[in-house]
Amino acid sequence: MIKYIIKRVVMGLVALFVVSILTFFLMNLVPGGPFMSEKPPSPAVQAMMEEKYGLNKPLTEQYVTWLTDLLKGDFGVSYRMQKNRPVLTIIKEMFPTSAKVGAIAMGWAIVAGIALGCVAAYKRGKLTDSILRVVTTSGVALPTFVTASILLVVFAGGVWNILPSIVGTSSSWKAYILPCFTLGLNPMCNIARYTRSAMLDSLGQDYIRTAYAKGLATPFIIFKHALRNALIPVVSYVGPLIAGILSGGFVVETVFNVPGLGRYFVQSINNRDYPIIMGTTIFLSAFVIAMNLIVDILYRVIDPRIDLSKGVE
Amino acid sequence: MKKATKLLALLAALVVLVGAFAACTNDGGGTSSGTTSGGDTSGGDTPSGELHMSVNLASEPETIDPALNSAVDGAVMAHHFFEGLFKWVDDGSGLADGTGNAKLELGQAASYDKSIESDGSVIYTFILRDDILWSDGEPVTAYDFEYALKRLANPATAAYYASIIEGVIKNASAIRSPDNPDDDPEEWTFENAADPDSLGVTALDEKTLEIILENECAYFTELLAFPPLFPMRQDTIEANGDLWTYDPATFITNGPYKMEAWEHNSYIHTVKNEHYYDYENLGPESIRYVLMDDQNAMLAGFRSGELDFIEDVPIDEIPALLDANELHVLEYIGTYYLSFNVQAAPFDDARVREAFTLAIDRNHIVENITRTGQVPADGFVPYGIADADPAGDDFRTVGGQWYSVDPADYEANCERARELLAEAGYPDGEGFPAVEYMYNTSDAHRAVGEAMQADWLRELGVNVSLNNQDWNTFLQTRKNGDFQIARDGWISDFNDPISFLDMYVSGSGNNNAQLRSQEFDGYINASRAATDPAERMEILHDAEKFMQDGYIVGPIYYYTNKYMLNDNIDGLYYTPLGYFLFDYCHYK
Repeated sequence: MIKYIIKRVVMGLVALFVVSILTFFLMNLVPGGPFMSEKPPSPAVQAMMEEKYGLNKPLTEQYVTWLTDLLKGDFGVSYRMQKNRPVLTIIKEMFPTSAKVGAIAMGWAIVAGIALGCVAAYKRGKLTDSILRVVTTSGVALPTFVTASILLVVFAGGVWNILPSIVGTSSSWKAYILPCFTLGLNPMCNIARYTRSAMLDSLGQDYIRTAYAKGLATPFIIFKHALRNALIPVVSYVGPLIAGILSGGFVVETVFNVPGLGRYFVQSINNRDYPIIMGTTIFLSAFVIAMNLIVDILYRVIDPRIDLSKGVE
Repeated sequence: MKKATKLLALLAALVVLVGAFAACTNDGGGTSSGTTSGGDTSGGDTPSGELHMSVNLASEPETIDPALNSAVDGAVMAHHFFEGLFKWVDDGSGLADGTGNAKLELGQAASYDKSIESDGSVIYTFILRDDILWSDGEPVTAYDFEYALKRLANPATAAYYASIIEGVIKNASAIRSPDNPDDDPEEWTFENAADPDSLGVTALDEKTLEIILENECAYFTELLAFPPLFPMRQDTIEANGDLWTYDPATFITNGPYKMEAWEHNSYIHTVKNEHYYDYENLGPESIRYVLMDDQNAMLAGFRSGELDFIEDVPIDEIPALLDANELHVLEYIGTYYLSFNVQAAPFDDARVREAFTLAIDRNHIVENITRTGQVPADGFVPYGIADADPAGDDFRTVGGQWYSVDPADYEANCERARELLAEAGYPDGEGFPAVEYMYNTSDAHRAVGEAMQADWLRELGVNVSLNNQDWNTFLQTRKNGDFQIARDGWISDFNDPISFLDMYVSGSGNNNAQLRSQEFDGYINASRAATDPAERMEILHDAEKFMQDGYIVGPIYYYTNKYMLNDNIDGLYYTPLGYFLFDYCHYK
């Protein structure tokens, strides 16, 4: 196990290195620059800014400088969006907000998704199953921005005015309802669908029949025997998703004005704020890699038959 | 077994509905019902008493350092945080639709003297008010102004707007001239430039400030109300470097409002500055700038009462909001226009540029596409900019129309355009090369582009393809001249035609048309040297005439500004340069 984890960490670091090289050079290939503006600085001022931030040096040299600083824990400072503030400070401010919204969204998606999946499987072919199928299929098909816009119109001023639409300025917990619901809707529906089919598989197994034959109560059979096996495909869907959701949904953060990292990342690209692009890319990549590792370890906890070390070789 | 199934179903239903239940229950406190005092919806909902305003201007500002800021939203905030020697005040004429209602008045200065020297230079001597204090209680002194202006002029500050004092305040040009301006800008140094300390600004004592101008400058008092010329505190800037603006403790300001919190990408919260001399009469207890970038979200926030003021709405909502009299339109000194790349065929031929300009149906564009009261442009410099006599006709009226924008004359314009195109060698558009119109990605710009595309095909027989790029890439493309026709636009920084015209001098960062003309550069240089206001305006008219004769740009329409304000709030005022001022807003 330890050997496996070490191996994965080393591979992760290699992946991060590759990601950083690709991002750095692609980002510099894109036209425009951090000092571009409709009222642009004079060429002299521009040259001075480039000098100040070392942008007049060859790209490879700039990359090496960036990497050396990074290894010392220095992510650099923002060129533009929060001029001269350290990128690490910015990430530390923005990430927890994204993670909070993401965790709540993920939480309700998992609980509701598994519960609905179980109900649909148990009621297979009945009206409940059909209704749930329509609901979950629509939920999967609806793009996030459509869901968000509908919710805004219905709950925040259009039809009823009962929920805040701007997360950033509100101290009320109610501000989190709309973005968390929107962000979790699609995963919830997917989880329900995966759970349903895995449960159907599970419920048809011999050991379930045995359990019924023993006279065990249905909830006990479903939750103790069937669900545990049905969870494996769900975990393999949820695992990679967690990192994506926690690191912030761009659309949800934009529409509900969540001051999170996902939206900031996209803004940094539009602004060509190179240190922020690099910093957030490395941070988010590291996060995804770490989450995937944790999920793989969780597999083993859920199903001891899975041998992690073999999966790698 | 049946009971267990029910239990399970109940559990599932409960989980799904818990969100909805939570949504539908009030928390007992005063939840919003239509309009609130802004901010949290849990605040008091009766429109009386203390006003806490929530406004949305734009997304997170790049900087709120008035010297470094180059954006309108940053300037609006600067006007609330700081105060210059002059300030904008409400002229009392009210604001709903139409013209601005701000006028210029003495701000931090109590009085001033002006004397014109024999060499044409002008000496202003300002006496500061006695009761002006910084937000930390320290007195505002003439030294703070001297420091701020010298910091602005210093090339090391890298202030985008420092160029506005070049040729105005004595020695600014010398301080800001690089050693080898003709060479590669990357090689430029300022080693031999004049010392920033030689700028013609001197604090004679704590309360007396002397500013020496190279020549008479008609818009100088207005410049003094422009954010880059606001006073600044040397101690906090030197102690905290570039980070001084981020922390309320170090962002020391002298205006009506001071910063209390800045939640990045979320809001900037400001409260009344108790050290401001007119503290007693200020309006809102607090002004919160909510930082947003999605138009749908802005409108939703306004509808739900979380925002009291917005400037932007989704383009498709505009007609309905105008009909409902919820969205208001104001004049704005700016022009939306085309930049032709004058260095590359086929637009190196003035006849082709004129033909393309004349064939645009501007009335169609403003009536059916932009739909917020924009005015078809009949020249480059917009209406509303003063000419030599501030009380007389404005610069545009004196300069005259480049062409008629009367709908009745459109056919004649097109006829003339076809003649010009034929003279240039493309009768009925035959043989005209493939050309492309470039704009930055946006529904509104695309719609205008499509309308012109149709005009050019119908009237000139020329096929123009449309292309778009993201904003930052587009700026680079336009600056480099990697285009044939590009969308362009300019909002005036101050009430003087030079703000529009000096963009086209050789080497200017805004010379998107890539004009390189000694004749034109000569006009701009001569206008800077002119001491007589009437003579100076004459030269600026010559400069615009040069642009008209060559159709360096193709004007389309004059901008308007739009806003939505909470119905219960009054006291908003506005300058046509695009600054909304909230500091005396109050409940009706």
